[in-house]
Parts: sequence; structure tokens; C-alpha cells
Amino acid sequence: MQNETDKGLTAKSLHSDPISWVEKYADYLYGFAMSRLRDEDVAKDLVQDTFLAGLQRLDGFEGNSKEKTWLTAILKNKIADFYRKRSANGLRDLKLTDAEDEQQDFFDTESGHWNEKYRPQAFGLDVGNPLLMKELGDILNECLAKLPGLWFSVFSMKHMDDLASELICTELKLTAANFWVIMHRTKLNLRACLQKNWN
Amino acid sequence: MTSALKNIIYNCKQATFLIEKRIAGKITAAEKLQLHVHLRGCSVCKIYQQQSILINKVFVGLENSDFKLDETFKKTLKNKIEKEMNKN
Repeated sequence: MQNETDKGLTAKSLHSDPISWVEKYADYLYGFAMSRLRDEDVAKDLVQDTFLAGLQRLDGFEGNSKEKTWLTAILKNKIADFYRKRSANGLRDLKLTDAEDEQQDFFDTESGHWNEKYRPQAFGLDVGNPLLMKELGDILNECLAKLPGLWFSVFSMKHMDDLASELICTELKLTAANFWVIMHRTKLNLRACLQKNWN
Repeated sequence: MTSALKNIIYNCKQATFLIEKRIAGKITAAEKLQLHVHLRGCSVCKIYQQQSILINKVFVGLENSDFKLDETFKKTLKNKIEKEMNKN
């Protein structure tokens, strides 16, 4: 009888072959995490956590979805957990008044006009040129890496995962007002960083 | 002219805020009008708007595959998984 049960478990486990996971999915999952976290150490940790959690839940994997989809879903949850933790720290470290202060560098306090240093200038870029767009993407990557973690989370959830603003606010415990201030500040910073490093 | 309208005509900070809100969400009809009036007279914020949309586009198009794990880490990870499996 004992043997029968063992057989049943083995057959179930065959839906997935964890030995091959690293080879097949590690780079993909790492890229998925990096594009949403921009932090190598955290991304590595989460990929590892994902595989280990997958091992724990192997019995629950019925082979209905693809292995890759299943592992990605686990990783998504891990990223969401990380975002929530970071949001709690981020809000503590970064008061919104700091945000307003920073913004005043971009604009004149009194008039709300652009300050000379940050005034947008045309990039003079042919958006139809794939090489130039690639170069712009590389610079954008560097600029994204400089953003505070919480801002990047907000920006990435909105544009990479296409989540509704209300959902992002709930996930990260932000008010709608905080959310829009962060979105505005993030874009002002990214744009200024691109202008500074382009050409 | 309402005071809200007067306020925004010369206020690029408010205009760029509305630009972001419009791109990523929605703004009211009154805000749309304010922004329209501002952009008609402010070429700098028009450039900002174009570049803001461009940044979103480039961001969405960034390739995840640019990020690769180093082989040492992968090897360690593989060992960990094998060890974990042997436990059971």
C-alpha cells in the first residue's frame, strides 16, 4: 500500500522537473524581477525564493498551466510582497514635504515657471531610428536605477503591469494625492536625467 | 476668466502635473480646458508632453532579456534546489 502512495506522488511530481528549472527559467525570471525592481540582490533573492516556494508547492502543480506561467505567478506574488514592505519603509523615510521641496528645483516657487536649468529642450531625436531608440533606452535604464525604490515601484506597476491607479494605491498604501505627486515627480526626474545625459 | 484658468496659464508646474494625470489616468473637463489653454501658449510644456509620452513608450519597450544571471549564482541555485529535493 505504501508503495502505491509513493508511486502516486512520483507521477504527480512528474508534471514538473525542478532540476531543469534554473537552466530553463532562471534568466527569464531574473529579467522579469529586475525590470520591476532594478535591484540585483533583491531580484536574485526573489528568484531563489520563487524556486524554493515552487518546490514546496510541487504537489499542487497539476500541469494545467505551463511551468513558466506557474513560476512567474509565484514570483509576481513575491514582488508584490516586496513592494508592500518597501512602501512601508519608503513612506516612513520620505515624507511628502520632501517631495514638494525637491519639485521646487524644477519650477520657480512663486510663479510655477520652469527654472532655466530644468527647462525641457527638444532631444533632436529621430524616433524612427532603432539604434538611437536603443541608446535612449540604455540611458533611461541608468536614470531608472537612480529613482527612489518606492517611486520606481509606482511607475513600474502603472506602466509595466498596467495596473489601475486605485489598485496601486491599495497595494502600496498610498493616497490618491501621494500617488499623483509621485507619478509627476518620477517623470520630471526621468526627463531631466535623460536631457542631461543625452548627447 | 475664472481664477483657476488664470492660475494655470502661466503655471508650468500645474500644467505638467495635469499632463501626467491625463496620460496615466483621467482629468476633469475643466482641467482639460485649463491644460489646453496652457499648452496653446507654452511651447516648453508641449516639448515636455511629447517627451513624457516618449519615455513611457521606451520604458514599456525595454527588454527584460538584457538582464542575465551570472553562472556562479545559477550553479549555487541549482545545488540548493537539488539539496532541497533530496531532503524530501
